[in-house]
Amino acid sequence: MSRLATRFAARKAAGQKALVTYLVAGDPEPQATLPALRALAAGGADVIELGVPFSDPEAEGPDIQAGCERALRHGVKLRDVLAMAKAFRQENSETALVLMGYLNSVERMGYETFAEAAAEAGIDGLILVNLPPEEADALQRRLAARDLDLIFLLAPTTTEARARAILKRASGFAYYVSLKGTTGAGHIDPEDVATRLAPLRTMSDLPIAIGFGIRDGETAQRMAPLGDGVVVGSAIVRRMGTLSLEEQPAELEGFARSLREALDASC
Amino acid sequence: MTQAKGSPASPGPAGWSQYNLPDAQGHFGQFGGRFVAETLMHALDELEAVYRERMGDKGFQAQFKEELRSYVGRPTPLYHAERLSTELGGAQVYMKREDLNHTGAHKINSALGQALLAKHMGKRRIIAETGAGQHGVASATVAARLGLECVVYMGEEDVRRQSPNVYRMKLLGATVVPVTSGSKTLKDALNEAMRDWVTNVDHTHYIIGTVAGPHPYPMIVRDFQSVIGEETRAQCLDTLGRLPDTLVACVGGGSNALGLFYPFIRDESVRLVGVEAGGYGIASGQHAAPLSAGVPGVLHGNRTYLMEDEDGQIIATHSVSAGLDYPGVGPEHAFLKDAQRAEYVAVTDDDALAAFHHVTRKEGIISALETSHALAWILEHAPKLPKDHVIVVNLSGRGDKDIFTIAEREGISL
Ligand SMILES: Cc1ncc(COP(=O)(O)O)c(C=O)c1O
Repeated sequence: MSRLATRFAARKAAGQKALVTYLVAGDPEPQATLPALRALAAGGADVIELGVPFSDPEAEGPDIQAGCERALRHGVKLRDVLAMAKAFRQENSETALVLMGYLNSVERMGYETFAEAAAEAGIDGLILVNLPPEEADALQRRLAARDLDLIFLLAPTTTEARARAILKRASGFAYYVSLKGTTGAGHIDPEDVATRLAPLRTMSDLPIAIGFGIRDGETAQRMAPLGDGVVVGSAIVRRMGTLSLEEQPAELEGFARSLREALDASC
Repeated sequence: MTQAKGSPASPGPAGWSQYNLPDAQGHFGQFGGRFVAETLMHALDELEAVYRERMGDKGFQAQFKEELRSYVGRPTPLYHAERLSTELGGAQVYMKREDLNHTGAHKINSALGQALLAKHMGKRRIIAETGAGQHGVASATVAARLGLECVVYMGEEDVRRQSPNVYRMKLLGATVVPVTSGSKTLKDALNEAMRDWVTNVDHTHYIIGTVAGPHPYPMIVRDFQSVIGEETRAQCLDTLGRLPDTLVACVGGGSNALGLFYPFIRDESVRLVGVEAGGYGIASGQHAAPLSAGVPGVLHGNRTYLMEDEDGQIIATHSVSAGLDYPGVGPEHAFLKDAQRAEYVAVTDDDALAAFHHVTRKEGIISALETSHALAWILEHAPKLPKDHVIVVNLSGRGDKDIFTIAEREGISL
């Protein structure tokens, strides 16, 4: 079983929900990332999404856009992100690590080269916001050959037929985008999420994590019962942008722990 | 690229006479496609379905034609620039006068078509991105005409460069949102428009201003703009009794160029020349010429030629003309380049400005700075061509919006 599947299965077996956290690699500076990864893992993150900074993050809200800009000011490249992941993996074999970004970064490196390097770095999966399944064959084949999961998104606008097709070819977990909007938007509606997720949960056994708009323990707790896990991103990136290098690890660990406790209290 | 899908660029076994792209998934060879967030996939499917239905609907076609006639002022003339032709001493230069359209550029052809589609889809709000402001003005205009709410995203840098158009949009009742992220120009305005669309997709239609974006946009915008080439074709046959020899147009995203080229793609005898913004020169790296100096990549929903660095980050572009200041280009142009059906060249800021002044004095036509890039190609190449060679240039827009930029460069304050 892949590390992603293992983590989700372990939480499920314990009657718990998985905590998925996101940060932009190299934000606000390259040295911040490894301590931040350690802190999130120590605070109880099951999966960490490591954002690959991109110049044109068209699906992101202001927080993650700013995170990308901070990282890019330091010239952080996909190769650097892979190196950060590898450094983390060398000391942590438990926490699942997923790269999240935009297709052009991977396209520029070349699918084959990327798949090879990602496997070598100990990465478990990949989320590309602007790569729908229709265009994903060539990349998914190369990732699958190395047991890397390509994680697809489901949205409130995804039709039932489409959702079925997506879930069929998804692996690792599926990412349910909880609202129509960009990352970090403030209008999450639990009732709407519940209504839309119910049919999706009957289509497949694949774990579904809910993300976009979950920013604190309270929203995490409200969303948790609806899926298999929650994703928290902008709230972490915002902290990275305001805290000093010294403050970041303890703050992040504490924040992750508070989310973990909220999730446990929800079940 | 190893991951490139499909065959190398070719029109298919039957050759150019049967050219019929994009395919069902919106691909032009390896280019095009649909690379967007999942939230937008349904809206694109819906748009494509409505579009296909309306294109087969005589009522819709008649409505579009009538609006083009009575509101936009079509057909636009094909004007023989005789003084210029005589002076250059070579090819005969004809100008397809898109500058005479209502709002002063070709942009309204597609904005109108798309706004009519939005109405048919029951969307009450339209959004648009704009560089030079011409597409924003066109969108604001048709929104007023059809009673739709309109929001236009415009890079902060372009708001400054194109202030007359900003005020025009406001007069028309549109909200202009200055975009401060990234390079503060057209590409960032597109990002911000996509973010708006993903948030308001239920009741909003995004009117993309050029032949780029995710499928079906490159096809829809091309088809609506094809009225330019269709008229040109009929006008040439009517007045000259034959097809033109060369078509020339400036290429930002590529909508005025493709609108002119598309109805001639199947006629292999017609040479197609697209002129990109060469900025300070290709060698300087400061330009906006992805077809001349870019590589294939994925941005704004499609695979096409892009200006990017070795990490795939989109790099800053430069052009004196806001409407050409974009790091990508429509995917069909990328295909036509690789298939060698069209050729793409770059013209510098300085040469475009010189052409602007020259044609203004010679023909009494103040053309847009975007258009002036195509005119610069003509000033250089027409003299080398025979006297019976017919060049048609797409006079894509008028230059009133640019007089402040030009005055500023010459140290004059208006
Ligand atoms: C007059 C004019 N010509 C050309 C362009 C470039 O766009 P496209 O290449 O899509 O025709 C613009 C864009 O703003 C424009 O205003």
